[in-house]
Amino acid sequence: MQFCLCHGGLVFFMTPELFLQYLFAGVTYGLIYAIVAIGFNIIYNTTGIINFAQGEFVMLGGMTAISLHHYLPLPLAIAAAVAITMVIGALIEMVFIRWLHNPSILRMIIITIGLSILIREGALHIWGEGVRALPYFNGNEITSIVVLGVGVSPQVFWVLGVCGLMVAALYLFFKFVPLGLVMRACAANRVAATLCGVSTKNMVTFSFVLSAGIGAMAGCVVSPITYSQYDGGTNLAIKGFTVAILGGLGNSMAAVAAGLLLGIIEAFSISVVPLAFQDAIAIGILLIILFIRPHGLFGNRSAAMLKEF
Amino acid sequence: MSFLAIQHLHKSFGGLHAVNDVSFALAAGEIKALIGPNGAGKTTLLNLLSGNILPDAGEVIFLGKPIQGLKPFQIARRGMARTFQNIKLFPEMTALENVMVGRHMRSRSGVWSGAGNLPWTWKEEAGIRRKSLELMEFMGIAEHAGTEAASLAFGQQRAVEFARALALEPDLLLLDEPAAGLNIYETAELAKLIRKVRDRGITILLVEHDMSLVMDISDSIVVLSFGRRIAEGNPLEIQNNPEVIQIYLGEDDA
Repeated sequence: MQFCLCHGGLVFFMTPELFLQYLFAGVTYGLIYAIVAIGFNIIYNTTGIINFAQGEFVMLGGMTAISLHHYLPLPLAIAAAVAITMVIGALIEMVFIRWLHNPSILRMIIITIGLSILIREGALHIWGEGVRALPYFNGNEITSIVVLGVGVSPQVFWVLGVCGLMVAALYLFFKFVPLGLVMRACAANRVAATLCGVSTKNMVTFSFVLSAGIGAMAGCVVSPITYSQYDGGTNLAIKGFTVAILGGLGNSMAAVAAGLLLGIIEAFSISVVPLAFQDAIAIGILLIILFIRPHGLFGNRSAAMLKEF
Repeated sequence: MSFLAIQHLHKSFGGLHAVNDVSFALAAGEIKALIGPNGAGKTTLLNLLSGNILPDAGEVIFLGKPIQGLKPFQIARRGMARTFQNIKLFPEMTALENVMVGRHMRSRSGVWSGAGNLPWTWKEEAGIRRKSLELMEFMGIAEHAGTEAASLAFGQQRAVEFARALALEPDLLLLDEPAAGLNIYETAELAKLIRKVRDRGITILLVEHDMSLVMDISDSIVVLSFGRRIAEGNPLEIQNNPEVIQIYLGEDDA
């Protein structure tokens, strides 16, 4: 995973400009991780399962938008890609999850792992191994906006803006919109929700649709920077999972903080360790968290013990 | 046509006949109590009615249509709401949000269009909020609207659950031991409340151990013992029924 701002190699001292460059890079990646983690959380909250195909939604969004962009203007291509990915999310739930009667959590998780492999192989057939990218939304690779003395690609602001908006919209959705309340109710107590006339199965489908939608949107907006490839979802799923665990499973707002934390740690790590170790850092953090605070940085230990997984 | 007719309902768990060939009916607007010793099958019967467990045999006719075999949410949408012996709230949500969840299915635009932040759904949301607050006022817990459900006192949690059930605007309300854990004063308040709910035109089926409450508010009583219906009648008849006296007090004089 290459980032246009990073210099590579070892840097032993840091100028304020370099510091800001790293910070922007970290926040950009951090927000993408946060969106993937929120996708995990939405599905976890309504079903209790970790959907390991979450990263594939991001990949599908980016790849579909790139293909559609041959025929459609960019905004339409992105909108259509998000819609198509949402439909795929709904289909996955309806075909593979919905009809199972009291499936074990483990069984559902293994189904999602299988699905992620299936989607990846499908993408390989459709798009091949080539690395593609959406064009920059404004300008091109070398356009930059000067902020506090450092040049930042406008696409970074697109990522910040779109991901920030999605997080805010999700917050409002779960807080104020009746459907959001009903989804939270399902997460809190499924039996009580169903007795309030809530079809929990429909809520599960909707959680897949929502997760697929935000994942695909993130996949589109980040594509010019990180590029899209058929197997790009795996890495994002690992990072997003790390962030979800770091924040405390099921807690979407904590995932934002945890995402920014991981993104920034990764970005600054390249000043001390080689770039190749960047992914090892995420895995390292995941292991440490699982050993010492499995309920997450912001989670509640006793509440976590009541959960099934 | 009766309001709710339970016909030859049967449910066994392994070799245990938890509900054994039980039949009775409810008339619209009455308060009916279901009593019996522990393990008589009262809660199982409520779970059969609300669809949480499926009967092995028998029929439940609600408002003229059979409902056995339907999913709990479908039964709820036909106008049957319930509360639980062990309160089931959404603990991390506020008291008001809990009631609003009960209210959502009465909303005109339905759940799905509520997904988008469209102007009429905002108006709708305001309506749901107002109506839910009204119900909380009716239950006397409006001042706790913004409190997280988990941090409310036990009696208040019960009131929130009651309000949430009323938010569905049910025709029939099933109450599973509403007086459990309440003191004498609170129980007297509960009796008034149940009458007030009935005066709104809601029929009530009540499972309760507190005999003073049952005798006070019920129009009629069904007695279960070991899964069988052994008596039915008004409070006076039940109090003087030798079979009922025997199962509650034992064979010999206690």
